[in-house]
Amino acid sequence: MGPVFEDDRSLQAARTLGKRHVQGIVADTHLGQPRGIALSTSASSSRSTAGPPLVALRNVAKTFANGVEALAGLDLEVRPGEFVSLLGPSGCGKSTALRLIAGLSEPSGGTIAWGRGAAPRARDIGFVFQEPTLMPWTTVARNVAVPLSLRHARAGDAAARVAAALARVGLSDFRHAYPRELSGGMKMRVSIARALATDADLLLMDEPFAALDEITRHKLNNDLLDLWQALEKTVVFVTHSVFESVYLSGRIVVMTPRPGRVFKELAIDAPYPRDERFRTSAEYAAACRRVAEALAAAMDAAA
Amino acid sequence: MSAPDRTTGAERVLRLALPLATLVLAVAIWHLVVRIYAIPPYTLPGPVLVAQTMVADWSVLSTSLVATLVTTFEGLALAIAGGVGLAILFNLSRLLEFALYPFAVIIQVTPVLAISPLLLIYLPQQGAVLACAWIVAFFPVLANTTLGLNSVDHNLADLFRLYGASRVQVLFRLELPAALPHMLAGIRIAGGLSLVGAVVAEIAAGSAGAGSGLAFRIAEAGYRLNIPRMFAALILLSIAGIVIFFALSGLSHLLLRRWHESAVARDR
Repeated sequence: MGPVFEDDRSLQAARTLGKRHVQGIVADTHLGQPRGIALSTSASSSRSTAGPPLVALRNVAKTFANGVEALAGLDLEVRPGEFVSLLGPSGCGKSTALRLIAGLSEPSGGTIAWGRGAAPRARDIGFVFQEPTLMPWTTVARNVAVPLSLRHARAGDAAARVAAALARVGLSDFRHAYPRELSGGMKMRVSIARALATDADLLLMDEPFAALDEITRHKLNNDLLDLWQALEKTVVFVTHSVFESVYLSGRIVVMTPRPGRVFKELAIDAPYPRDERFRTSAEYAAACRRVAEALAAAMDAAA
Repeated sequence: MSAPDRTTGAERVLRLALPLATLVLAVAIWHLVVRIYAIPPYTLPGPVLVAQTMVADWSVLSTSLVATLVTTFEGLALAIAGGVGLAILFNLSRLLEFALYPFAVIIQVTPVLAISPLLLIYLPQQGAVLACAWIVAFFPVLANTTLGLNSVDHNLADLFRLYGASRVQVLFRLELPAALPHMLAGIRIAGGLSLVGAVVAEIAAGSAGAGSGLAFRIAEAGYRLNIPRMFAALILLSIAGIVIFFALSGLSHLLLRRWHESAVARDR
């Protein structure tokens, strides 16, 4: 089940987001939806990111065995339903932060608290790596099914979920193909479908499109936004691209160089859905400048 | 197979035709040398006499061929079981790997020719022959499978961890499939080596009598100065080695052709 929002989520949103312009939160009109809440996704609205954090990192530090200090004093809250980007230079620990949230790595200091009081169950996290990370020896469908079959999901149920996930990323016709027969962009779609297969609430994405060409990347950016809106996921997106982070995110967390911590958080108020028109808008350009300046300042602050 | 697919049709024909032509030429020279210098058959039999011997002695030789092949395949099967099994155990337990791996290396680096007389003392002959085949063949399977099991994509391993995969699931669904190309490369080497091991042991067993493999026939024919039969048996051994190599290469290709770069045909 999805996170349970506070009833007074408008208020919450206003409080948590502070200066951020929040609009378009509507009453619960889609009762049939699994989350039991509904967020307006009309053209005029931003997604609500209200409520208590889904996961909160407090004063988190990570020092590796070889002495490298990846993170020091990282404070980060991820709110249900938001699209938040971690932006920073290579080696600033943003991937490490993602792995800590996923439970793939243990923090050396600080706490990671989950909104629902429980430790993260694997079902609640979908992870998309920088590389497609597919098993080359088996088909697209079986790759997407891995998270389900590892948990012994019933075969019929799993097949339906796999079919749905592949349809979501537009690869239904390729379910019997092997990964090597696909293009880079298609492989990444398979990887995203796999992350969707378990219907995880939280998608963690580690520079998923960094290795793709620009045209493919833009296409996948749009598709990802569509998915995020349609499925009401929470996305934590790691990137080193100012442009990509502005295009996708409701909130950008700019990190300092290693050891990484939060330098500044910026809200991108442009309403969703966003499309290619947004990419060429003055609003986008202004936001990119703001973020780029913050990133430059983060680098200077560390120097 | 190992031949890259960038070869054009004409090149492919040449690849087959040239070695065949070389073979025919060599046999022809062999024949002429024996003819011209009138070399007696107990020194160097001509190819015709060897072929005649092959036909005449076929009942003896074919029985021996089967005996050697059975030993070779039993040795190979045990080598695969032992090599893969040990690799899995080493993968599951570091301590076991530390404890046993050096001895696997020691067994491998000690020449089997030197071990075989001892084995013949302590084991029944067939057991000793099999043990020799196993000793030389298991190590490439072990070494390659270990390499393969350790070459798993770290992100895939993380993915399995994220979704709570058990150790057994990781082994069978991730590590073993990922190791398959390496494992098959090891098995391909092991096939040839298993034949070597069988031959070495049969030769070492020599006059022990009970043995009936091809190498035993070579030794036996040598004692009797039956040189044509030595050649006939040698040729059969060589053919057996070639067939084993191609059979294992074919198996490898069959298992990997859908996904592994080494086996996938490329359009150019």
